[in-house]
Amino acid sequence: MLNSSLLQLGAALRSKKISSVELTQLYLHRIAALNSKLNAYITINEEMSLVQAHAADILLAQSKTHALTGIPIAQKDIFCAMGWRTTCGSKMLSNFIAPYDAHVIEQFNRVGAVNLGKTNMDEFAMGSSNETSYFGPVKNPWNRNAVPGGSSGGSAAAVSARLCAAATGTDTGGSIRQPAALCGISGLKPTYGAVSRYGMIAFASSLDQAGPMAHSAEDLALLLNVMAGFDERDSTSLQREAEDYSRDLNKPLNGLRIGLPKEFFAAGLSADVAQAIEASIAEYKKLGASVVDISLPNSRLSIPVYYVLAPAEASSNLSRYDGVRYGYRAPEYTNLADMYEKSRAQGFGEEVKRRIMIGTYVLSHGYYDAYYLQAQKIRRLIAQDFVEAFKQCDVIMGPTTPTTAFNLCEKNDDPVQMYLSDIYTIAVNLAGLPGMSIPAGFGGNDLPVGLQIIGNYFDEARMLNVAHQYQQVTDWHTRTPQHIEV
Amino acid sequence: MSLSINDVYKVARLARLGMTEQEAQTAHVQLLNIFGLIAEMQAVDTSGIAPMSHAQDITQRLRADVVTEHNQRELFQAAAPQIKNGLYLVPQVIE
Repeated sequence: MLNSSLLQLGAALRSKKISSVELTQLYLHRIAALNSKLNAYITINEEMSLVQAHAADILLAQSKTHALTGIPIAQKDIFCAMGWRTTCGSKMLSNFIAPYDAHVIEQFNRVGAVNLGKTNMDEFAMGSSNETSYFGPVKNPWNRNAVPGGSSGGSAAAVSARLCAAATGTDTGGSIRQPAALCGISGLKPTYGAVSRYGMIAFASSLDQAGPMAHSAEDLALLLNVMAGFDERDSTSLQREAEDYSRDLNKPLNGLRIGLPKEFFAAGLSADVAQAIEASIAEYKKLGASVVDISLPNSRLSIPVYYVLAPAEASSNLSRYDGVRYGYRAPEYTNLADMYEKSRAQGFGEEVKRRIMIGTYVLSHGYYDAYYLQAQKIRRLIAQDFVEAFKQCDVIMGPTTPTTAFNLCEKNDDPVQMYLSDIYTIAVNLAGLPGMSIPAGFGGNDLPVGLQIIGNYFDEARMLNVAHQYQQVTDWHTRTPQHIEV
Repeated sequence: MSLSINDVYKVARLARLGMTEQEAQTAHVQLLNIFGLIAEMQAVDTSGIAPMSHAQDITQRLRADVVTEHNQRELFQAAAPQIKNGLYLVPQVIE
């Protein structure tokens, strides 16, 4: 059951081989046994999950079902879910019970999926290793001395260790794709605007995008069918016809043109990751694809641009945490200003404070043009590189990360080194393009390698087709961590 | 880039982040490193390039001027640190 696809789980539920309550309990028991080793979940609420599972069983009995009815899904703790503690990995929100549902949560509730729990994450999604969480780091199920990646590290670890059927994540600079790569699972960041940000706690609003994390491209397509869609409560939600992201899964890849950006294979890429990526490209050639050499000349600027724009937006978004309306308030203070300063100093962790400082500085008087405006202009250059590249190819491929999972504490003291680990993912967010990561073998240390697939705007169905065809002829996505009994 | 320790205190004050002397010194070193990373950006010629604030060039959607939210004060104030009679309590600001 634990290695079943979402389609297989749905079939088992509809044929009454297992009930949603039984399936939910199976995962809850695994979480009870294994979460202390991995720290993948921040909040479990058996009672609330089982209420949803009972309701799903009633729908199943009446044959009023959707593909995901009764299936237990882990939700990143960035999504407000009514009645659930929603912390965003921060002390600031450690006691916050969400009074409403995010659009993504509503969508899963609408089809009768079960909320299995809230997964651990870097504080306010700021991090690449899940070590900035107030609730402690998540461990990589493949090697518990290694990080799971971040910020959606809890979701990636939970999927990898079979502590849920599938999960949600969010991706501002790589936070779905990087942990998916490091934990050996599949993850997709959709085109900016495809999934509503309503009720998703804001980090950098012009970059934040929610997406699914699961075992396979086929599972991702089913999840994205539920998550995507227009929502008038998000002013950047795109008004488009609903589409079936599974529709092209089985198309052959004959004639597919794969662009390989030379910048993604240059110095800084470790040899074992390069080897695994080259082997997967060779597999694609066998499937009928051809390879085109392309260049994204401005992609090297994506890290500096990102570390101006994202902190600037974050410093503005996080000004709402004032200790007045909700969230942490310091126990002692002398006046209103002191209350703000102490509540924010005590409620936020180091990385969040660092980014608020960067953002406040680049937006301050006299520096706006030199930093913020300059970064926005280079953002356009980065996006234009992709426009040019997609004139020559259908999808772009490369590594998701320069190395396999690094060790816990390895990059903790040096923010710049940590920032550089997102070198291949950030440009995609700046351009607003869809990107995904799928398992593509293992590195020298037996840790997973992720293959990144970048598509043109709204080309998710094709990317899922490209990933699915690879997963028909390889079995990397079915591998399970050795130390996690299934 | 000449970010001084006084700039660090000034920015912390603007951001309403209380900071000890030691925290400010650590922040100063780290911010200098980060701005070293960002500096690469300054050399790029961007004359004639329009700033990009949004991935899709869409305009702000308008909606009809009708009430869509109803009053949920009690529900929302349940998350507040301190309330009284439907009001948020803060330290006295007017003498």
